[in-house]
Amino acid sequence: MTDQPHRLELRQITKSFPGCLANDRVDLVLRPGEIHALLGENGAGKSTLVKMIYGVQHPDSGTMLWEGRPVTVADPNEARRLGIGMVFQHFSLFDTLTVTENIALGLEKPGPMAALAQRIATVSERYGLALDPQRHVHSLSVGERQRVEIVRCLLQDPRLLIMDEPTSVLTPQETTKLFDTLRRLASEGCTILYISHKLEEIRALCDRATVLRGGRVVGACDPKAQTARSLAELMIGTELSTPERLPAAVSGAPRLEVRHLSTTSDNPFATSLKDVALEVRGGEILGIAGVAGNGQAELLAALSGEDKVADPDSVRIDGRPVGHLGPRERRTIGLAFVPEERLGRGAVPELSLSDNALLSGYARAPLVKGGMVQFGRAKSYAETIIRSFNVVTRGHRAEARSLSGGNLQKFIIGREILQKPDLLVVGQPTWGVDAGAAAAIHQALIDLARGGAAVLVVSQDLDELFVLSDRIAVLFHGRLSESRPTHRTTVEEIGLLMGGLFNATTEDEDEALHAV
Amino acid sequence: MNVDLVVVGSVIAAMLTAATPLLFAALGEVVTERSGVLNLGVEGMMLVGAVCGFAATVGSGSVVVGVIAAAAAGAGMALLFGVLTLSLLTNQVATGLALTLFGVGLSALIGQGFVGIPLPKPPAFAIPLLSDIPVIGPGVFEHDALVYLGLLAVPALAWFLTRSRAGLVLRAVGENHAAAHALGYKVIRIRYMAVLFGGAMSGVGGGYMSLAYTPMWAEGITAGRGWIALALVVFATWRPERVLVGAWLFGGVTIAQLHVQGLGFAVPSQLLSMLPYIATIVVLVAISRDVARIRLNAPACLGKIFHPGG
Repeated sequence: MTDQPHRLELRQITKSFPGCLANDRVDLVLRPGEIHALLGENGAGKSTLVKMIYGVQHPDSGTMLWEGRPVTVADPNEARRLGIGMVFQHFSLFDTLTVTENIALGLEKPGPMAALAQRIATVSERYGLALDPQRHVHSLSVGERQRVEIVRCLLQDPRLLIMDEPTSVLTPQETTKLFDTLRRLASEGCTILYISHKLEEIRALCDRATVLRGGRVVGACDPKAQTARSLAELMIGTELSTPERLPAAVSGAPRLEVRHLSTTSDNPFATSLKDVALEVRGGEILGIAGVAGNGQAELLAALSGEDKVADPDSVRIDGRPVGHLGPRERRTIGLAFVPEERLGRGAVPELSLSDNALLSGYARAPLVKGGMVQFGRAKSYAETIIRSFNVVTRGHRAEARSLSGGNLQKFIIGREILQKPDLLVVGQPTWGVDAGAAAAIHQALIDLARGGAAVLVVSQDLDELFVLSDRIAVLFHGRLSESRPTHRTTVEEIGLLMGGLFNATTEDEDEALHAV
Repeated sequence: MNVDLVVVGSVIAAMLTAATPLLFAALGEVVTERSGVLNLGVEGMMLVGAVCGFAATVGSGSVVVGVIAAAAAGAGMALLFGVLTLSLLTNQVATGLALTLFGVGLSALIGQGFVGIPLPKPPAFAIPLLSDIPVIGPGVFEHDALVYLGLLAVPALAWFLTRSRAGLVLRAVGENHAAAHALGYKVIRIRYMAVLFGGAMSGVGGGYMSLAYTPMWAEGITAGRGWIALALVVFATWRPERVLVGAWLFGGVTIAQLHVQGLGFAVPSQLLSMLPYIATIVVLVAISRDVARIRLNAPACLGKIFHPGG
């Protein structure tokens, strides 16, 4: 093992962007056949580093050794020729093309389509990645889409496979399957560079870990010898605070009631909701789990009022039918809303923070008087948010897009919480947010609920839902399961529901659980 | 009986010729839009192609030279569009509209000295056997080379887009330019080629107007056909074979209304002249009602600016 050259060695790699040093003299050694984790918070420089390995970006200085030889990777084609494959966090797939066409696009010499389809079938069977080569990508689930990406890499016999946050969109069962595939690949000698926020997964899967912070390597460790907490503290460099949970003080009538909510859409890529029912009382947090694309966007739009629903009675806030009302009227009644997309929906990227505060806060804060904007109040409202939620920024004049993901999310959530809503609906509260900010956001949501408000959280991150929620329900193909109290369910059970094991009687479910 | 058949034959023949300029322009635009670029300057590229083709034919005495000049002029206009939208990242809609306005003025300027000069019709080639069919044969199967070329371009492009590797890459770029870039395809270069091809095809379409359809030059000779071609592309959901149907529909109504005018019905001729445009719009609206169909076929990145750094 030791006389074999390293698969890949980075020496003193440095890369800067205007106003930011993304990688500062990074050293990294990858051995043949190991699964190596790259850890770090958002903005620690992980993505930049792997993009340089894959040739999407180029280092300012430093050397790269591929199997002992110095190389420069000019572009992804060059990387693939060397034997480097990459599965992106945001899939680089084409919706209206078939699986075979998508894979052909990623190969240098795909050959005739029929033969390629045959090869795809062979490889996907060998690694347990079920895939139909003739399907169009837009009809595939997220997990299946990821398999397309992986099979595309495997067809090139890679000797280094880079996986960027591969499990953020998978159910726990899909994740287990993926790990089996990755372990099998590693045992055949392929090196895997694995990027993830999910520390438990890294402990389960990876042989070694390199930790980045602020663009520098701050440590290397054996993740199996660490706890998730110690890994997190290595990443953020300080001690981690765990959100405090007081028992739920659920009170009174439901603040949000949804009955027989069904939607239809012109958009062929949308999922229709089918007879969704739920209720949230003051003081509790309801978590909605599910793999992306199972109706989350549609449910959030129907609750926020972006999409009105035909039957006003299907959505009630504090007993009032609101299905026919738009977002503004619902906000006046007491709803606050944090959408999934931070930039473009939660905030206008080009506007200053105080203008963004005004956008949703003008009515309840209140920042408007007689039709005129009270700029002084908007400014102090923005400053209050920045202070109370520890938003790191130059001040209320900073453009929203200049903030990091975690800080902008803290600002948006702060903007909604400080309006003292009776009901808060949140989509993906900590998606792509680093551990420190995520803990602060979780605490804020829990505090809001304990203050008597009803909170509904839609998230794909099960760990998050288990930390936050009092009850959890699962969305699958537009249907919502019955909710279960968090302390009486398990990640496995929710995972089965996320895979569509629905409407079975309790006994059937028990059997299914035992079967797994 | 025979007289009727002769009329039918001549109507079909006239329809084929009337459809040809549209066919060229719309096929070119299909390729451009499939790569994700919306070029609204078709009318302008057609006009410049028409006048340059005409001038080159008058100067050289050769129609072949004229057609090549028309294609080159259309491609030149498209190059201007490409530099502005692909390299300088201007808004495609505004730039396309400006290109049309520019083409209208430029073609009028170039064409000043050519108004009123007649040209002979280009030679027609009869298809052996088929053109020997009595009565309708000579009308339907005897045309100039560009009519055949336009018809051949339909299966050729359909094959290119759906079966060839290059066509797959082109569609991929129009569908998701960021992903195509991540896979290492040269998005900008591919789009330049698609835009240039679209311009050359529009130029030939315009050249057909001034060299064969009405062999003369007059300002605004294309009479809005560039806009119809743009509409046809959407109506045809970006597929060459459906573009052909649409072009025939427009050509057919154009010819039919001329015949109706000839028969002397008491309908104002201005109304009849509107018919082909109205018919195209009605069909477009009917098709566009099926939103899902348009969405499934429309290139997802159509009209979006691509910035490799972002």
